[in-house]
Amino acid sequence: MTRHVVASVADIPPGGRKIVTVKGREIGIFRIGDDFHGLINRCPHQGAPLCLGEIVSRLVAPSPGDYRLTRPGEMIRCPWHCWEFDIRTGQSLCDPHSVQARAFDVAVEDGKTLVEGPFVAESVQVTVEEAYVVVTL
Amino acid sequence: MNVTVLDRSPDRSAQSHMGFIDCDVHPYVKGPNDFDPFLSKRWLEHKQTIGGRGRQGLAKTSMYPRMSPGNGMRMDAWTDTGGHPGSDLPKMREQLLDLFDVAYGLLAPLVGGGPGERNVEFGSAMATAVNEWQLAHWCDPDPRLLGAIQINIEHTEAAIAEIEKRAGDRRFAQVNIPPRGLEPLGRRRYWPILQACAANGFPVSLHLGGTSGHASTGGGWPSFYHEEHPSYVQTMQTLVTSLVCEGVFEQIPNLKVVLVEGGFAWLPSLCWRLDKHWKRLKAEVPHLKRSPSEYVHEHIWVTTQPIEEPERPQDMLSTLEWIGPDKVMFSTDYPHWDQDDPRYAFKIPLPDDWKRKIYRDNAKALYNL
Amino acid sequence: MANSPAGRPPPGAIDCDIHPAVPYTRALLPYLDDYWREHILRRGLERENLEPSSYPANAAINGRPDWHLPSGPPGSSLAAMQTHLLDRLQPKHAICNVIHGAQVMLSEDLSAALCRAINNWIRAEWLDRDPRLRASIVVPPHSADLAVEEIERLAPDHRFVQVLLLSMAELPLGRRQNWPIYKAAAAHGLPIGIHAGSSFRHPPSAGGWPSYYLEDYVSQSQGFQASVNSLVSEGVFVKFPDLKVVLIESGVTWLPASLWRLDKTWRGVRAEVPWLEEQPTETVRRHVRLTLQPFDAPPSEPQLRTLLEQLGSDRMLLFSSDYPHWHYDGDDALPSGLSTELIQRICVENPLETYSRLKETPQ
Repeated sequence: MTRHVVASVADIPPGGRKIVTVKGREIGIFRIGDDFHGLINRCPHQGAPLCLGEIVSRLVAPSPGDYRLTRPGEMIRCPWHCWEFDIRTGQSLCDPHSVQARAFDVAVEDGKTLVEGPFVAESVQVTVEEAYVVVTL
Repeated sequence: MNVTVLDRSPDRSAQSHMGFIDCDVHPYVKGPNDFDPFLSKRWLEHKQTIGGRGRQGLAKTSMYPRMSPGNGMRMDAWTDTGGHPGSDLPKMREQLLDLFDVAYGLLAPLVGGGPGERNVEFGSAMATAVNEWQLAHWCDPDPRLLGAIQINIEHTEAAIAEIEKRAGDRRFAQVNIPPRGLEPLGRRRYWPILQACAANGFPVSLHLGGTSGHASTGGGWPSFYHEEHPSYVQTMQTLVTSLVCEGVFEQIPNLKVVLVEGGFAWLPSLCWRLDKHWKRLKAEVPHLKRSPSEYVHEHIWVTTQPIEEPERPQDMLSTLEWIGPDKVMFSTDYPHWDQDDPRYAFKIPLPDDWKRKIYRDNAKALYNL
Repeated sequence: MANSPAGRPPPGAIDCDIHPAVPYTRALLPYLDDYWREHILRRGLERENLEPSSYPANAAINGRPDWHLPSGPPGSSLAAMQTHLLDRLQPKHAICNVIHGAQVMLSEDLSAALCRAINNWIRAEWLDRDPRLRASIVVPPHSADLAVEEIERLAPDHRFVQVLLLSMAELPLGRRQNWPIYKAAAAHGLPIGIHAGSSFRHPPSAGGWPSYYLEDYVSQSQGFQASVNSLVSEGVFVKFPDLKVVLIESGVTWLPASLWRLDKTWRGVRAEVPWLEEQPTETVRRHVRLTLQPFDAPPSEPQLRTLLEQLGSDRMLLFSSDYPHWHYDGDDALPSGLSTELIQRICVENPLETYSRLKETPQ
């Protein structure tokens, strides 16, 4: 397992995302508030670039016609078949236990700590002043 | 449901899709005036003043708005400059034709509004314009793409003239007729057109879309696209029932019919149902010399998309077996939201000979490619 | 698991679909109130044949040759029905579903008056005369208010075990305008029976009017696909979690492929109908039942086994003879190829679970 520095925190504003490549895998890094989450950029259904989809809310209705918008910005919708996935867990809405997009451990670490190593940062310049998004893989 | 999470390593067994024949590809216009060069002054003026008029309440938009922009497009198919999915040949090559080394792509242009136009003379003019547009913008620049002849079946003379005009032009593979018409397609009034298709060597492709003005179910208009999307399947069932029961295949024994974008898993049970009730009601349809399922097996082909995803993946195999792997042809429906990827559409491995047939050989034989 | 040949249902079977026919319109006169009796006489309607066009009585499929009567349409004689069916197959109960022009009349009030008369007639001339019989409440399907009135009027009589609708009406069955009917039915523990047929407010298909009755009959299954889809999509089963729906004379084998498609659409389009939290298949397995005849079986038994597995539930099918319609000969009301366990479920347990009123002894 290696720590990969994939972005500085400032690179990804709240509600934003960045597609990065780690060990040949395309991973979408999403920021919800101050939390960062990583999902494989591949829909488990038919292989679409999942992380390029729209970031949406969880639409619910306790009964028909009683429309409610919940968890704004916490779902990703596949750009092909519109399947929705929970950005935090990778679980699909249609079949949360069997259909999941692979989720990766993403953490925020201070440059100060990081420079002590070891880490891999292929395209990010790490300085002690900033905080970074780190994928462990 | 049981969906295998895909791993990233190249799947050797999936390579058989390379070089496949795509039986449903949708070209779009770059702008509203793309057809103008192909319209006479008379119809250009009509287009610019009255414009197209279909049989529904909204003039320019579907009554069942889709769930993604552009009336249901694959969202990564818009061009970098905001061009409509399917409107840009280089993008289509990148995402479909070159990516899979597609041998042939059969165009299904759902543009121009000609086939469903209420003013049938204008509809015929638009259909002709769309045919010219296919050649100029798609088939000639990329000979892998084969056109579908548009007609307005409510104008018999113009439809037949258009079919005859295109006869022998190898850039056209088939004649496209909307499956929801004013009357079921098997009715006598449409026989001359179907006859012209068969006589000139064109299969008839019935691609879903459009509205006849009749409610999309026998019990009225559904509220949601969630219902409209499956109701297309019911339309396909009605079409098969009509073509068979009216005796079209007795009348026109060399007619070949391709059902596009209706899925296919419903076909076996429809055949069982037709056979069962035909036995009891034979006296009403003495023109049928054989059981309904025999006509279906001989005359009807299905394309795969939107592919059914059975709860138990192995049921796909029995479904294909019951239809006959000779009658099933792969289609992507690029660039629609519900398009299928040839690598991953089947959730269970198919026998090699079935793959060859479904991805390539059936279409090659049907269209003489 | 032994598979039985075609045959008779086991003891205790419930026949969930038989069709008593009103012999002629005049027979309803005693069962109309004074106002509507005079209304009908003024118009001479008692002389007219109100046969619904979904069911031409003389079509071979709608009357088995050995069940034809010296006079009147097949199914119009209680004595004959007893001889042909009840005394031979000996079901514990049989549920009478009257299909009649009353259900298709354009005037809501006339439709309601005729439905009331039919319910009174079936109660007096059939239920009162044979304790094995039960019936569905016939209602004016295009008027939810009047339908609810009729349900409320008859629900106290527990020999009425179901509310009957046709699969194709003015509005898709799931539409909110119909919900008062479902609310009343659910409140009384009455399933909604959806029978094949159309009031023909629309052509039977999006492609217009077919030429032949054969097409109409085959296409009933498309009407049912649309009805199931509508009930599920509109959230009827979310709103009325206790409601059961029985598809009657629907055929069966179209269901699995239809559900695959509904599930597929739901996965992508769910956001349009966010009250649907589960796959349509799950909802349908819980809420929807289908009567057996006419059983549109595949040609081989292995195919039939596969189909039954695809249904994914042994709770969904209910035995029916569909008397006097002609779907089998002799007493072979059960299609071949069903296991003895499944036959027991289809004939006895499933109907009792569906129609809870059948477990009671009505007073």
